[in-house]
Amino acid sequence: VATLDESAAVRRLHDRLGFGPRPGDLAAGFAATATALLNPAPDTAPAPDLGAPVPRPGRVVAAGDTAARKQAAQAIAQQELTLVGWWLDRMVTTGAPLTERLTWFWHGHFATSEQKVRSPQLMLRQNETFRQHGIGDFTTLARSLIVDPAMLVWLDGQQNTVRAPNENLAREAMELFLLGIGHYTESDVRAAARALTGWAVDRTTATARFIPRRHDGGTKTILGASQNFDADSFVDQALSQPASPRFVAGRLWFRLVSATPPPSDVLDRLVAGYGPGRSIHGVLAALVAEPSFRDSAQTLVKQPVEWLVGLLRALGLRPNQLPPKALLTGLRAFGQLPFEPPNVGGWPADTAWLTTSAALTRLHLAQAVAAKADVTSITNTPQRVEAVRRLLGVDAWTARTSAALAKVTDNPRDLLAIAACAPEYVVSQ
Amino acid sequence: MNRLSRRRFLFASGVTAAGALAAGATQVHWTELFAAAQTNPLHPDQGVLVVVTLYGGNDGLNTVVPAGDPAYQKARPDLAYQPHEVLNLGDGLGLNPGMTGFKTLWDDSRLAVVRGVGYPGPDHSHFRSMAIWQTASPSTSVPTGWLGRWLDTTGDNPLLAVSVEPVLPPLLAGQHGAAVSLPVSGLTMPAGQLGSAFLALGGAQAGDSVATARAARSVVDLQDAVRVLGGAVHGSAAPATPKQSPLGDQLDLVASLVEAGVPTRAYSVSLGGFDTHADEKATQQRLLTELDGALSSFVQRMRRSSRGQQVVVLVYSEFGRRVAANAGDGTDHGTAGPVFLLGAGVRGGFYGTQPSLSDLDNGDLKESTDFRSIYATVLAKVLDTDPGRVLGDYSGRLDSVLL
Repeated sequence: VATLDESAAVRRLHDRLGFGPRPGDLAAGFAATATALLNPAPDTAPAPDLGAPVPRPGRVVAAGDTAARKQAAQAIAQQELTLVGWWLDRMVTTGAPLTERLTWFWHGHFATSEQKVRSPQLMLRQNETFRQHGIGDFTTLARSLIVDPAMLVWLDGQQNTVRAPNENLAREAMELFLLGIGHYTESDVRAAARALTGWAVDRTTATARFIPRRHDGGTKTILGASQNFDADSFVDQALSQPASPRFVAGRLWFRLVSATPPPSDVLDRLVAGYGPGRSIHGVLAALVAEPSFRDSAQTLVKQPVEWLVGLLRALGLRPNQLPPKALLTGLRAFGQLPFEPPNVGGWPADTAWLTTSAALTRLHLAQAVAAKADVTSITNTPQRVEAVRRLLGVDAWTARTSAALAKVTDNPRDLLAIAACAPEYVVSQ
Repeated sequence: MNRLSRRRFLFASGVTAAGALAAGATQVHWTELFAAAQTNPLHPDQGVLVVVTLYGGNDGLNTVVPAGDPAYQKARPDLAYQPHEVLNLGDGLGLNPGMTGFKTLWDDSRLAVVRGVGYPGPDHSHFRSMAIWQTASPSTSVPTGWLGRWLDTTGDNPLLAVSVEPVLPPLLAGQHGAAVSLPVSGLTMPAGQLGSAFLALGGAQAGDSVATARAARSVVDLQDAVRVLGGAVHGSAAPATPKQSPLGDQLDLVASLVEAGVPTRAYSVSLGGFDTHADEKATQQRLLTELDGALSSFVQRMRRSSRGQQVVVLVYSEFGRRVAANAGDGTDHGTAGPVFLLGAGVRGGFYGTQPSLSDLDNGDLKESTDFRSIYATVLAKVLDTDPGRVLGDYSGRLDSVLL
């Protein structure tokens, strides 16, 4: 196994802790880059103006009033477009890449879909929670998410009452959010559901509130302990299991380093970084300090959003410079529209994105981006294959890609589109 | 050096990186296949399997409904269908009211309902249970899907299996390769220099990782898919009803490919949204109505051609749901559920035993039929493959379900 050289390792830091390098980012050294990325300045970019919550079609609006229903559906669709466009733009323009990368990571971890929530306001609030707590301690983040309004709607937390518990949120929390499959029993799921009873969502204020008379105040036995568990103490009980730190650190490794699980000693050191304070920042610091972080074998297939945002960042383009909806149509064709993960498990990883259909979508999107890019740095040199390599921050072209690019050197936009589809760009090296 | 000779060169020069070898081997194979596909399309007697995955855990008890059973009514006071609402199949069971097309197929003996299908030691996780169904491995985790392993037995020919979803479902991932995945519309390659450069990204490269080799191969597979399937995809054009269901769109594409005689033997399509923990009744009925409309028109269309008459449709979900309703008029994750087989080659009727509503396992139905017995049967009788090559030691069969 080869070790990446300094500049490739710096490029990898940008790929994994952000959305890829911008022009000039590769000039700094590894240590300085890691320090800068791991300690982002507070991001003060304003939230989007979505407008007021729209009454849910079919609920507040009278049943027979189809015109009003249609109008409500269109209003929500417009707010959804605004929300997705805002987040993509923020990913592309941010000066705090780790903050956005982890907001994206947690969106996939606590995967919640607007398709069921039907409230861009609630989705935005959840997104801001990821941004606010995403690099802090996992206890705070997890406690926030277990009673997050969008989450409560998504996993039927509102339907979960003392009269008859609904297991959905409790099961997914243990399996996917806090602990991992195999570390709890069916009876733990049923008891945890009781601990989570009593929460309701106010869609107008985008808040959740606790209603004591709907809560089961009895003793529950969860993961070996018996007490009157509530939402916070259930989270604490799950996170205090020995399996939990390894699960959390393993998920970060899976999405930021490699789909191949880390060796046990590496995982031990990530867990040490997590520590008793359950520090997400600590896991990341341990992760970049690992010698294996620089192994050439730790490749990672870029998810479509990561690929697209990285491409736009490298080219200094903003999403609104492309034809309206071009990006969203492309992302939908990939099967990865932000705020609409396919299920509570989040998006797939690794080679699942390398399908024939994705290859076609990627080329179409690359062409749309290339059509708007400033290609003078390519046009102005006879060394065009090299120029496009620098532009995208690729370590080196393979012979295969060089040969492919040689066919389109007379058309800088085609050259750029093909380069963006090269295997060594689609897969973060 | 043209494509063919470059490949032969790579092959002959003994490029040993696993990815490169795999890619090179496929390309040689393809060259031969193209010639065959032009002159020798799918034989009209060859079986075609269409797998429909219902994601989220479809409530089997409200799909094939024991409406007359007092235990059913008692367990689900607000969620139960009444006997007069369901479409009577006999045996005390009736189809969900949204499934009128299925009822017609039942009356024509072209719908088989396999009851109580599951596996021992049921898992209540969507992801684990779906993995078990898709890998056909209930006790141990394996990295390949059951149709992926079937693909492996055919000699690494990805066009034999096609997914009409943007992301490849695990059931189609094999050890050596994976099915191709097609967009529902617009399957074209760029022309000219751009197309030529794009295709060149698909060549073999010494030192490729598994991922870069797969990325490269997706380009080559795409090119091949366009050449072999592109005409059929293009030919389907815009559907008459522009706003039909996503499942209907997927099945329209499959129908066009079958009718065009492309050499694909297995297709995967899907419908999601069945995770009905709350307000289940209306949601599930809407989804089942969509399933019913899409599949009954597909089966009717397939009936009209000799190739279409070889098509067998298999419909499954990762689990059924808890017998008792929860307080939100929904149901939590359960266990066994019905599997449907549809098509001209299906012997209609009931198979398997209906799980008891009084003899439950911690509130859940007990399975009566192992799902792998259905896989074994379609492998043998639709895909002409020895099931042992895909399912290992498992030897159960449900052969009577197919003619």
